[in-house]
Amino acid sequence: MTRWLDSPPVLGILLSIPAIVILGGLLAYPLLLGVWLSLTNTTLGSAGQFVGLSNYLAIAQDPTYRGAVFYSLFYTFFAEVGKLALGLTLALIVNQRFRGYRTARALMLLPYVAPTVLSALAWLWLFDPQFSAISWLLTKMGLIHEYINFIGAPWPARISLIVVNIWRGLPYFAIGYLAGLQAIPHELHEAAQIDGASGWEAFRRITWPLLLPITTILVSFSSIFTLTDFQLIWTITRGGPTDATQVFTTLAYQKAITGGQLGEGAAIAISPVVLMVIFAWFVMRSVREERSVE
Amino acid sequence: MTRTARFFRIGLPLTLYGIFLLLPFYWMLVTTFKERQELLVSPNPFLIYHWTLEHVVGLLTQTRYLHWFGNTLLIALGATLLSVSVSYITAYAIIRLRFPGSKPFGTAIFLCYIVPPAILFIPLGEVLVKLGWFDKLWALIPIYATFLVPFCTWLLIGFLKSIPRELEEAGRVDGASNLLVMRKIILPISVPGLITAAIFSFTLSWNEYLYALVYMSSPDNKTVSVGMTSELISGDVFQWGQLMAGALIGVLPAIVVYFFFVEYYVAGMAGSLKD
Repeated sequence: MTRWLDSPPVLGILLSIPAIVILGGLLAYPLLLGVWLSLTNTTLGSAGQFVGLSNYLAIAQDPTYRGAVFYSLFYTFFAEVGKLALGLTLALIVNQRFRGYRTARALMLLPYVAPTVLSALAWLWLFDPQFSAISWLLTKMGLIHEYINFIGAPWPARISLIVVNIWRGLPYFAIGYLAGLQAIPHELHEAAQIDGASGWEAFRRITWPLLLPITTILVSFSSIFTLTDFQLIWTITRGGPTDATQVFTTLAYQKAITGGQLGEGAAIAISPVVLMVIFAWFVMRSVREERSVE
Repeated sequence: MTRTARFFRIGLPLTLYGIFLLLPFYWMLVTTFKERQELLVSPNPFLIYHWTLEHVVGLLTQTRYLHWFGNTLLIALGATLLSVSVSYITAYAIIRLRFPGSKPFGTAIFLCYIVPPAILFIPLGEVLVKLGWFDKLWALIPIYATFLVPFCTWLLIGFLKSIPRELEEAGRVDGASNLLVMRKIILPISVPGLITAAIFSFTLSWNEYLYALVYMSSPDNKTVSVGMTSELISGDVFQWGQLMAGALIGVLPAIVVYFFFVEYYVAGMAGSLKD
């Protein structure tokens, strides 16, 4: 009996049971249940009936949902571009040797480590229409003449949230790129220098191509979670003003939790999955390539 | 490089990044210890002219903050313990025991990692209601395991792969069972990997918001992030002093853990991207 239990296949399956129970019961099953819910007219307190695709058809007609699709994509696109550019630049800076480079590398991760809701509260206070310290500073520098209405008007609110998302996510890109940069053999850059390549040329022809695989992983991963972001937007604007910063998740929350329309909420929450599958496919592919190279 | 060139290539950009990345933390700190009147009118809002502890004292005595802090700590520690143990045996099973189906199982776990809570929170709520787990604080422990186990298993798979097989073969030759090899030989060498997994689990649990917001309804079952946004922000008057004091104290545990294990954290981040 003990021998049988000790054989790799039996023991392997036994050891996997806890993970299967947790992930099966609280992840895979809810995922399927979510698909089913989105095909019913379930509300809080009353079991629904199968209604086919009518939730999806209803949200497709809804201007608020269309607005949320627009802003989710706008938010994700510009936040990713910003995180990539600023994260890569930061990685290139801290990849050099200077006094205190270790401290700089440790400190730069703080926005990523700190709980998002709590730092978002600090941003909310920094965005105050009357008492904003950012406006105060810009006024003193003579750059602006009246205080900025950061989150009170649609476009400033949309842009402010993207800035905060970049703030939180750029350290993740910086650390990923730093690991990528350190994996590039020194000889390549030395050879380029001997051949008389300028710094920019060396970056464009050697560094950047070698960083492409890690870029795919970073951008795809980050896009999945930026597209379904909630905490930051909910804390700072709650989707406002007048639904200008509504995204998939905030709208699903309002429909399902505040409004009790579970079926429609589930449809809204599930609708970005098509895009996420595309990102996930990119992740899987690049991770596999990376493995086969090793 | 000349001094001027160094300044423009390192000093200046690093200063600008520093201001941008650390600004909210500095702002929490300044607001926490500044007198109420000075929050609104001040010759320079970035400085403190009159220090005070009134916001901290008010937060700790007039609100349930300490209770929420205890809740968050309990959940973060519980979720970390559960997730790291489950992930270790799962990763061991996938990498070292290679049972039939272990490869697709590993891929399935990776796929779980990229399912965001945002598409799960509505149906998972239904499941919790059926189980009678709604508004039960401890229920957050297995719920958090749904995103921690995939992440930690993924991390530990990469770690276990780097341990040479000869070690356990030696143990097997000496007649030790697989279970004994896992506990007595591989576990001690895996400690750095386990620490990395634990730090990530702790900080990710401390950071979680959506599940706690939706599933915990009574004020006594809330976590720091949820309690602050749902109980301390009420109406149009924001108690910024208390809010920033709460944010500052709430940020500390994650930051302290991070600075204690910064090397593990960075290694884990790089590792989770690579393999």
